[in-house]
Amino acid sequence: MFLTGPKCLNGTKLHTKGDSVMNMIVCVKQVMDPETPAASFRIDPEAKRAITSKDKGMVISPFDENGVEGALKLKDATGGKVSILSMGGKSCREVIKQCLAMGADEGFQLTDPAFDDFDAYATAANLAEAIKKIGEYDIIFCGRQESDWDAGQVGSGIAEILGIPSVTAIRRIEVSDGKATVDRVLADGYETIEVSMPLLVTASNEIGEPRYATLPKIMAAAKKPITVWDSGDITPAQARSQMLSLFIPVREGECEFIESEDPEEAGAMLATKLREAKLI
Amino acid sequence: MAETKDVLIVGEITEGKLAVITTELLGIGRKLADDLGQELAAVLIGSGIGDLANEAIAFGADKVYVIDNDIFAEYTTDGYTGVMEKLNTEAAPKIILMGQTSLGMDLSPRLAFRLGTATVLDCVDLNIEDGLLQKYKPVYGGNAQAIYVSETMPQMATIRVKAFEPLVQDTARSGEVVNFDPGIGAADIRQKVVNRVKEEVEGIKLEDAEVVVCGGRGIGSAEAFAALYELAEMMGGAVGASRPPCDLGWIPANLQIGLTGKFVSPNIYLAIALSGSSQHLAGISGSKNIIAINKDPEANIFGIAHYGVVGDYKKVLPAFKEKCQELLAK
Repeated sequence: MFLTGPKCLNGTKLHTKGDSVMNMIVCVKQVMDPETPAASFRIDPEAKRAITSKDKGMVISPFDENGVEGALKLKDATGGKVSILSMGGKSCREVIKQCLAMGADEGFQLTDPAFDDFDAYATAANLAEAIKKIGEYDIIFCGRQESDWDAGQVGSGIAEILGIPSVTAIRRIEVSDGKATVDRVLADGYETIEVSMPLLVTASNEIGEPRYATLPKIMAAAKKPITVWDSGDITPAQARSQMLSLFIPVREGECEFIESEDPEEAGAMLATKLREAKLI
Repeated sequence: MAETKDVLIVGEITEGKLAVITTELLGIGRKLADDLGQELAAVLIGSGIGDLANEAIAFGADKVYVIDNDIFAEYTTDGYTGVMEKLNTEAAPKIILMGQTSLGMDLSPRLAFRLGTATVLDCVDLNIEDGLLQKYKPVYGGNAQAIYVSETMPQMATIRVKAFEPLVQDTARSGEVVNFDPGIGAADIRQKVVNRVKEEVEGIKLEDAEVVVCGGRGIGSAEAFAALYELAEMMGGAVGASRPPCDLGWIPANLQIGLTGKFVSPNIYLAIALSGSSQHLAGISGSKNIIAINKDPEANIFGIAHYGVVGDYKKVLPAFKEKCQELLAK
């Protein structure tokens, strides 16, 4: 089946007229801080996941944070409501709160052990179910790729399940006359695409640096509602792919250090060494 | 489910020629098809494809599906997903491979969800085990690798640029060219490309550079980056940075290398005064020779570097540059 044009799904109301509120939903994921030095990175090969260090907190996956910024920019320009949707353990509430402090209006949290350990298919299917339950949406934002599993397919998957068009890796979005105009990042520049709504976009970092949450906004965020759903509200989907193993690739050889106490001599020796290795 | 056969790769055309990634796809596709005892098919979608189908055969394809229509001149998610959905019904491939490009990273997941199967993006290795495709993918910013399989057909993946070698072109190879009409019209496509802008970068592009001189937080200021630019110019390379210098405004954000920036794969990658966070390392894993200069002997970057100098870059770099200049003049 090939869907064309804006379509109402399961009673979804579309608010794309100029005089009514535009509804945006941003999907965010909590991840291990990607600035964590690689030397302290450990995995549990049995559980097939990284071991989170206790002193490093969980953060919003960087591209997802760009997605929040993209939605808030659009809200600044045209008005509207921004809802945050996150699936994960109890700590994903903190990530939602951060987004509310940035300026989002409402949060939805999917927390249940039954939502753990899923592949991109099940993640997208669960989030799509939650989005249908939220009900009203004109634009859904995701990050172009999450920073832990780097899957890069949840956004496209949600759009396909909902039957709405998607544009990935965007750096700008504008809305007028019930239609969106987006700039999509390409390897050597960008392309401008006109696309119907409702719509899903995935944000690239070029959309803009995420805004800081100011203290008054953090205070205000404490009063904003967060709805929590579990597997009784959203039926968990089945995974379609399996991870056979997770391992840390072994690098061949060791670093060859230039041995010299004098940094200037070391610099010259490095050049000679690269010459010997025929690199320069 | 109907019987599936063959390996299908999705070709890309840049400036009227087969893209390099497409020849790499044909290379690995050929190997997988041979391992399975199947044929290798390629699909070329676009407008004015001309003789490129024969070029795909010369690079390893047994069969090339050509979908040549003005409405496919520009890539659109709906247009190309629709074409591939119809072609999947026609050809029933076991495996569909694409490049990890603007096209592949958009099309592969959307198509996988439409076909009710699974894809894995950005694979660096692929092989057949017990008749199934094992997909090796760097995860956690390249700190680890995962191997995925899926039993639903078609098995799908995108491959990282430069991860596989193309075959040597053999114009004597023969194959079949099939013009395929997917029955997709303009009304089926909700995205409309209205403009395309090529952004010229001064000098050599980071992604194409054979030498990348990259600075980190330890560089200290915007002015101090001048020494890196001079070195890059001398070595015929490009300058990049890890995230902190970009966040601090020392260097333009579009020169950031890492998970949230550019992916580079130069012959020589010179890491200067940068510690090597995992998000940065994700962008440099394709580098062939990594050379690190850092004051801190414990810096993470030495863990992956081939050559290292422990010392203050402000003293090491001028001497290194002078000696390079002397050697290059010989």
